[in-house]
Amino acid sequence: MSDISMAIVGGVLIGSAAVWLYLSVGRIAGISGIAAQALRGPLANSWAVLFILGLGLGGWAAQLLGFGPSASLPINQAAPVADLSLPLLIGGGLLVGIGTRMGSGCTSGHGVCGMARLSPRSLAATLIFVGVGMAVATLVHSL
Amino acid sequence: MNMASKLAALAAGIIFGLGLVISGMTDPLKVIAFLKLAPGWNPALIFVMGSALLTSAVGFAVARRRAAPFFGELFMAPTKTDLDARLLVGAGLFGVGWGLSGYCPGPAIVGAFTLDSRALAFILAFLVGLAVHERFLQNLLQAPEANKPVSDG
Repeated sequence: MSDISMAIVGGVLIGSAAVWLYLSVGRIAGISGIAAQALRGPLANSWAVLFILGLGLGGWAAQLLGFGPSASLPINQAAPVADLSLPLLIGGGLLVGIGTRMGSGCTSGHGVCGMARLSPRSLAATLIFVGVGMAVATLVHSL
Repeated sequence: MNMASKLAALAAGIIFGLGLVISGMTDPLKVIAFLKLAPGWNPALIFVMGSALLTSAVGFAVARRRAAPFFGELFMAPTKTDLDARLLVGAGLFGVGWGLSGYCPGPAIVGAFTLDSRALAFILAFLVGLAVHERFLQNLLQAPEANKPVSDG
């Protein structure tokens, strides 16, 4: 399958999972928020812990089916950037942790669920993080 | 929370995780190849977000006609509509981190579970970021009368 058809199949699965979580449990599939809830009260929010565990199980299943970057191959040679250095990963992780909590959501909560619910906050947030992400990636990864 | 909702949440996570890997989102270099506007630009992620968005838009429209979820009492969707400073600044910081690393939270969690060393490094820093926000930044840029954190998810 081509990149584009895999992207579409994967996107439909992501959207279906978000719809299923909302229709069945009444929760928004915003992963940064779910992760924060799972950490804040793993017993009170056992659904959040199970959702996160499910992410891992689904990831393993997909890898076993032959999809995705292999864990043993840290560098995708075909990609147009050489590698990700540790400072980029650490700096990125810190900023994504702080930013997604301060901005109440990430790609899933704002970009998929919030946009699908026509939330003006999610539209604004998505335009900002995609725009800023493009500007930063273009600057940093062209050096 | 009852057993049915727990199993439903687990199933949602599994399907979400499958989708993230199959779509290519768990490959940070592919994400950077989309975010980086340069020759060799890879548009695939537009199709991930587009198809995820279309699917969920239909689903959320169906959900609006229901009074309650299958296994719960209430639909818990955020109701805030104002574009406050925390939203705008937070989204900006997230964008910087996403552009630097190619990781957003979902793919990084999946990557950490599948022992991708890059995702493990990112997730450790992400957890520190969550803790720093929880401990020190909860009330930053917050209007004084609204000091209760609200989550969109």
